[in-house]
Amino acid sequence: MNAPIAATMLQAKDFKSDYKPVWCPGCGDYSVLTGITKALAMLELRPENVAVVSGIGCSSRIPAYTTCYGFHGVHGRSLPAATGLKVARPDLTVLVASGDGDGYSIGGNHFLHACRRNVDLTYIVMDNHVYGMTKGQPSPTTEPDWKSKLAPGGTGLREFHPLVIALASGANFIARGFSGDPNGVAALIAEAVRHPGFSFVEILSPCVTFRPEQREWKQAVRPAPVEPTDDPARAARRLMTDDGFNIGVLYKGSRPPFNAAIPAESKSVEELECQFRL
Amino acid sequence: MPVPTLEDFMSRAYAMELEATERYAQFAEQLDTHNNREVAQMFRKLAQIEALHARRILEEMGWSSLPAMPPAFAWDGEEGPETAPFDALHYLMQPYHALEIALRCELQAVKYFDGVAAADVPQRVRAAAKEMAEEEREHVALIKDWMKKVPQPAAGWDEDPDPPRMSE
Repeated sequence: MNAPIAATMLQAKDFKSDYKPVWCPGCGDYSVLTGITKALAMLELRPENVAVVSGIGCSSRIPAYTTCYGFHGVHGRSLPAATGLKVARPDLTVLVASGDGDGYSIGGNHFLHACRRNVDLTYIVMDNHVYGMTKGQPSPTTEPDWKSKLAPGGTGLREFHPLVIALASGANFIARGFSGDPNGVAALIAEAVRHPGFSFVEILSPCVTFRPEQREWKQAVRPAPVEPTDDPARAARRLMTDDGFNIGVLYKGSRPPFNAAIPAESKSVEELECQFRL
Repeated sequence: MPVPTLEDFMSRAYAMELEATERYAQFAEQLDTHNNREVAQMFRKLAQIEALHARRILEEMGWSSLPAMPPAFAWDGEEGPETAPFDALHYLMQPYHALEIALRCELQAVKYFDGVAAADVPQRVRAAAKEMAEEEREHVALIKDWMKKVPQPAAGWDEDPDPPRMSE
């Protein structure tokens, strides 16, 4: 235990805005919000040095609930917006919030290329295997036999495996958390932010309204019985055989992050237009 | 988890009370948003009680500022022993349910402090842990009394003929 800390140090509550979340009571996203604000406090960051960028969906409401800079963007396009921001303002810590619909379906293609580019971002995906905001349609991570009004016999489609895709596409840090463990989520996010390059943190975040059976996830999750590896081949074997409930850092790569050469002096809009003139 | 000094122990006890306070306050906000004012009020009251305990620890230790917090992820379990689980809520829940949650949390706190008192710890830590466990036992008794004054939910309390969210 350390000596008493200075009262001026920011705490998690200092990163929470006055806007009250409108998620359903018991939703896992409350816990992820707590995890993010605790991580930012642990990292001793200040709200004015952090930006939270999102797309559309329940999870994407997060920027408004923080005191950081926020951008609630277009569906599936949180990563391009965040990439542009980070390249233009490398001094900012940029977190990107998404869900399994926004991130893996509408924004699926951007996910691949954000992993490939390896810009220094932390991508947090709250995965509940369903489109919650639009009332319970199957998402890319929905189990093939999950029955709903829109898919009465289940989709019959194999689930998307985001961690495997992230590894194959070049993400530099891959972890999985569970919203029932907000302190663990905070630690994972803090580690992801510290790790250079594109860090992907998938958080299992139950939808208590449309997938009430996900309350049982707390019995299924367990700490991954392995140390993080920096060997992509070993990580691939682990992730391919993973049942989706191993929690922790699963891969820590050493690929150097994308480093945009920003010109010392910015150009005027007219000068930029000249470059594109046919 | 080792507890080598009284300061360590009290820091942890403070963190525990603070985490419980924050969780109840979050629950109150969630239920306010969903127009369940009665239970929101109950959680707000529980948050105030936990905050009082936290303040008392600061006073007892003569700490003018916050003590160093143990790493947030350093509990033996996923969260502090007195913290209610995030998914414990239902938008139609009743005050009795809130008290059931509080009772479970207080019982976990008793177990935690009893565990510290029974462990191989310095005498001052053991004495403080026994005192804390005793206080938590009093809280258990208070909540049980409180539950007798609150109506028990009827069967089907969570059935809503006009639910706010229906799957398509």
